[in-house]
Amino acid sequence: MRRARLASFGGWLVTLPLTLLGLLLVTFLIGRVMPIDPVIAIVGDRAPAELYERVRLELGLDRPLYEQFFRYCAAILSGNFGRSVMTSRPVLEDITRFFPATLELATIATILGVVAGVPAGVLAAVRQGGKIDQLIRFLTLIGHSVPVFVLGLVGLLVFYAKLHLVPGPGRINVAFDDIVTPVTGMLLLDAAFQGEWEVFRDAVGHILLPAGVLAYFSLAYIARMTRAFMLEQLRQEYITTARVKGMSEMRVVWRHAFGNITVPLITVIALSYAGLLEGSVLTETIFSWPGLGQYLTVSLLNADMNAVLGATLVVGIVYLGLNLVCDLIYRLVDPRTR
Amino acid sequence: MSRAATLREWLVADTPTSRRQARLGRLYLQWLAFRGNWLAVAGLAVSVLFTVVAIAAPLLATHDPAAQNLDIRLRPPNAVHWFGTDELGRDIYSRIVYGTRITLGMVVAVVILVAPFGLVVGCAAGYIGGWFDRIVMRITDIFMAFPRLILALAFVAALGPGIENGVIAIALTAWPAYARLSRAETLAIRGSDFIAAARLQGASTTRLIFSHVAPLCLSSVIVRVTLDMSGIILTAAGLGFLGLGATPPSPEWGAMISTGRRFILEQWWVATMPGIAIFVASLGFNLLGDGLRDVLDPKQT
Repeated sequence: MRRARLASFGGWLVTLPLTLLGLLLVTFLIGRVMPIDPVIAIVGDRAPAELYERVRLELGLDRPLYEQFFRYCAAILSGNFGRSVMTSRPVLEDITRFFPATLELATIATILGVVAGVPAGVLAAVRQGGKIDQLIRFLTLIGHSVPVFVLGLVGLLVFYAKLHLVPGPGRINVAFDDIVTPVTGMLLLDAAFQGEWEVFRDAVGHILLPAGVLAYFSLAYIARMTRAFMLEQLRQEYITTARVKGMSEMRVVWRHAFGNITVPLITVIALSYAGLLEGSVLTETIFSWPGLGQYLTVSLLNADMNAVLGATLVVGIVYLGLNLVCDLIYRLVDPRTR
Repeated sequence: MSRAATLREWLVADTPTSRRQARLGRLYLQWLAFRGNWLAVAGLAVSVLFTVVAIAAPLLATHDPAAQNLDIRLRPPNAVHWFGTDELGRDIYSRIVYGTRITLGMVVAVVILVAPFGLVVGCAAGYIGGWFDRIVMRITDIFMAFPRLILALAFVAALGPGIENGVIAIALTAWPAYARLSRAETLAIRGSDFIAAARLQGASTTRLIFSHVAPLCLSSVIVRVTLDMSGIILTAAGLGFLGLGATPPSPEWGAMISTGRRFILEQWWVATMPGIAIFVASLGFNLLGDGLRDVLDPKQT
């Protein structure tokens, strides 16, 4: 068993760089097939032929494809994602500016999803067929069928326009702009550390609805998976044994059954966290949230390929990283690996 | 007794006398199990309705979906315009009816591109094994390392917006799941005696994959396709919403929501009606898929 785990870890060391190389290859190839001429994107379409030729040579576009790919990899690995045409800043700088907002949104949504979803899933499994169970299945079904942008719009319509419970789109009220110096880039953390409680309260108000919309999707997924895992455990014989021994139901459910599902549950939570990166693209558009998703879509609409590919690559790397973290947590949590 | 009763007896006979009888009998029993699940039947009904609407769109639409009339712009739902009118005075109901054609067309195109390809690649990888398997699985890993919508966005960015490019982008992101699924199924059956028997009879690898392995993976692929359809609908609508799938003035649901978004606070129906359409269509396919999974693949529930 132990050797198998070691082997799988060794496998990671081999497959991770390979997958990373694959990610680079995909973004490189996407950049190659695009109908936009990268030279014209820089010099404009009325540039003299000598200038065009010079930039073409500078970009290395006369070299064979494999050499271009090699150069591309070298550039990315040294942190050079190219320059964004739209913001005329290096893409990596843009991404580090926009990513914290997305991270903040996705983290809060995941926390809400876990806090509500895990107990709900456990309860649904314990009372299989009961009211909570049916509610969970209903919520899951809706979560699988409703587009995130529709839910966001309806949320804005109801909670902002009709009930006036939350402030409108955006990350913070314009009046509070630039009060907090960005340190982590996550507004809530920065405001709290700097003691700007008014800013903090305003930011909480703004994040409530977008995070709530995303949290709904993560809640539905987490609750469904928790329910399925728990049902599988509760059917096992050791549960019957524990009950026969006179153990309290609380202990049977939470200590024995739940204790055994923590490992797969971590994967589910990580997956849903990663999935929120995807949901954030559409949510950020609805809520004018200045995060990576909005950066990606605005760059897309402006045909700013360096920015698009940079953002895509970053999301892919975050995805990979979460998978790796999951694997490592497995080793820590699962007693069979010790 | 009536003929139906004898047909039923013929179908449920314990000792079928022909291959056809056995096959039909099995289908009949699966249908009975499916019919017992009313949610699944509801899903089937919605899916069928959706298809019928797409085919019969010109008969069901009350107005020309492209006809503009600025005198009646942004009217709330009424007797003439059942779902109201949009910012150019176009009838939203008729646009949604025509929109089913675009959405269903994209779904069908993606499925036709993806399911057979993924099935064959997955079966081949599972059956042949070795380096071929490893390479294929590594490629699926890479594609699955991107969230689906984001990879589709990057592809559309390179190819340019439009329905066809949207289909290609979604297909490129959808096939790995089918390859994985078919590979897993293949691994489970490749060691079976009937495969060994067929090989001993001299069947070629191609023949084994296409006529012995692939058909057995088909039922899980079908389940996966139905469950995937709602995902494809949502991704297509997301692309349309971001202005990268079908572009205005085409009555694509996501694009309709994108324009209706500007009026959401005052004229809620412009964005909400296509939103409901997306929700109902994808709910229908989800229910149908869940029902099919329970019948065809009981071990997964």
